[in-house]
Amino acid sequence: MKPASFEYYAPTNVDEALARLAELGYGVKVLAGGQSLVPSMNFRLAQPPALLDLNNVQELFYIRPTSDGGVAIGTMTRDSQVEHDALIKEKFPIIAAAMHFMAHPQIRNRGTFGGAIAHADPTAQLPAVVLALNGRMRIRSQQGERWVAAEEFFVGPFTSVLEPEELLVEVELPPTPAHSGWSYRQMERQAGAQALVGVAVMVSLDEAGKCRSARIAFLSVGETAVLARQAAQMLTGQKPTAELIHAAAETAANVDIEPGGDIHCSVEYRRHLAEVLARQALTEAFERAGR
Amino acid sequence: MSDLINVKVTVNGMAYEREVEPRMLLVDFIRHELGLTGTHVGCEHGVCGTCTILFDGSPVRSCLLFAVQAVGHEIRTIEGLGTIDHLHPVQEAFREAHGAQCGFCTPGMIMSVLPFLEENQDPTEQEIREAIDGNLCRCTGYQHIIQAVELASDKLAEQRQSVKEGR
Ligand SMILES: Cc1cc2nc3c(=O)[nH]c(=O)nc-3n(C[C@H](O)[C@H](O)[C@H](O)COP(=O)(O)OP(=O)(O)OC[C@H]3O[C@@H](n4cnc5c(N)ncnc54)[C@H](O)[C@@H]3O)c2cc1C
Ligand code: FES
Ligand code: FES
Repeated sequence: MKPASFEYYAPTNVDEALARLAELGYGVKVLAGGQSLVPSMNFRLAQPPALLDLNNVQELFYIRPTSDGGVAIGTMTRDSQVEHDALIKEKFPIIAAAMHFMAHPQIRNRGTFGGAIAHADPTAQLPAVVLALNGRMRIRSQQGERWVAAEEFFVGPFTSVLEPEELLVEVELPPTPAHSGWSYRQMERQAGAQALVGVAVMVSLDEAGKCRSARIAFLSVGETAVLARQAAQMLTGQKPTAELIHAAAETAANVDIEPGGDIHCSVEYRRHLAEVLARQALTEAFERAGR
Repeated sequence: MSDLINVKVTVNGMAYEREVEPRMLLVDFIRHELGLTGTHVGCEHGVCGTCTILFDGSPVRSCLLFAVQAVGHEIRTIEGLGTIDHLHPVQEAFREAHGAQCGFCTPGMIMSVLPFLEENQDPTEQEIREAIDGNLCRCTGYQHIIQAVELASDKLAEQRQSVKEGR
């Protein structure tokens, strides 16, 4: 099908964009890469009266190191740009690993890093990865600026804390501690299809080889990307033995998450996948941390 | 209807100018306004890949862009490759290796592998499979397409070699 009519605005800077959002509120939708918004407009699931196209706002396209050793990603940076960026590869190899499963190369050439976060799809890779990396979002409106941690940003399926007059402008990722390890695992039915379950894991070890921190973030198991808090607690301060990893993965799959079932995947199968993937991912992440 | 917007774009090296509604998809602009029907439309939601074009050199879905977003950008479609008498090496490879049956997916396949083969001069079969994982084909079962891409890679290598030798 073809999209319904809309007014088209293409600002060239953030101030202009914010003014338009303040003026139109719910009457306008932000157009980033359009790889989710345009399909839903073509289906007429979405019929926004106006679009605010950010593709000419050059100041929103960047990847730069932050003073504390982390990285800041401008919201409009294309997924493929992030995927192949040398600084990102060096500091956060988990991002490229997860993006490998995200849609297809042609979609990642147009889709944006911030768009994937703002879209808040519970089956998307990047919200879970940013949650595992303990990232935070920089949000602007004409009223000013606020920062929201990934843990508070995602509210429900396709719903974030963003208000209609607000723009996500940047995703900031803090540096990972020394002796860190990462892993991304997922199961899908075919290349580029939605993950049945996915898990992004970041861990770090102390000098004695005990787990200093663990962040285990699932996708496709609930209304948002979900942190497995109890599993992480079991690991923290302990030696990550195979038995402990088994037990933590079991807790993650059976206590920390409340997955639903659908025609592709029953609840039981989802929990099974969550446990196996979490076990594999934790094992790999701790192994990498110990190197 | 919203106001018409003036769209100036370069497609296959030619400058075009049209007045269109903002809601016009780029693929419809290319096909209906410019008459370049080599770019196909399958699903209109980004899944099938047959509408793939090069946008400033990168393969993207033209069903997920509005024509007004192409203002000032360079577009390349299948018509910008070879001619019937002088096929582009990638087109020639698809012909020789039977990479096309009905041909519906072919333009999208070729536009997807074109920049891929520039970046990967000696791709593995796995890399080829991943390069076309966003392009559906309902006819070939993909084997001949993969062989066509392998052949295209050889042809492009030959071409580079002969350019180097000044032939
Ligand atoms: C065939 C296909 C397969 C796909 N497979 C996957 C997959 O496997 N995994 C996956 O994660 N994704 C997948 N996607 C989705 C694609 O990655 C998304 O389009 C992307 O994540 C959203 O980014 P975008 O830049 O395209 O956003 P858009 O589609 O432009 O926007 C999405 C939503 O976010 C809002 N928004 C965007 N940017 C901002 C901002 N800066 N501030 C406020 N609001 C904003 C928009 O208003 C809109 O509501 C797939 C898409 C297609 C077409
Ligand atoms: S028509 Fe564009 S991807 Fe199918
Ligand atoms: S040749 Fe018919 S769809 Fe591919």
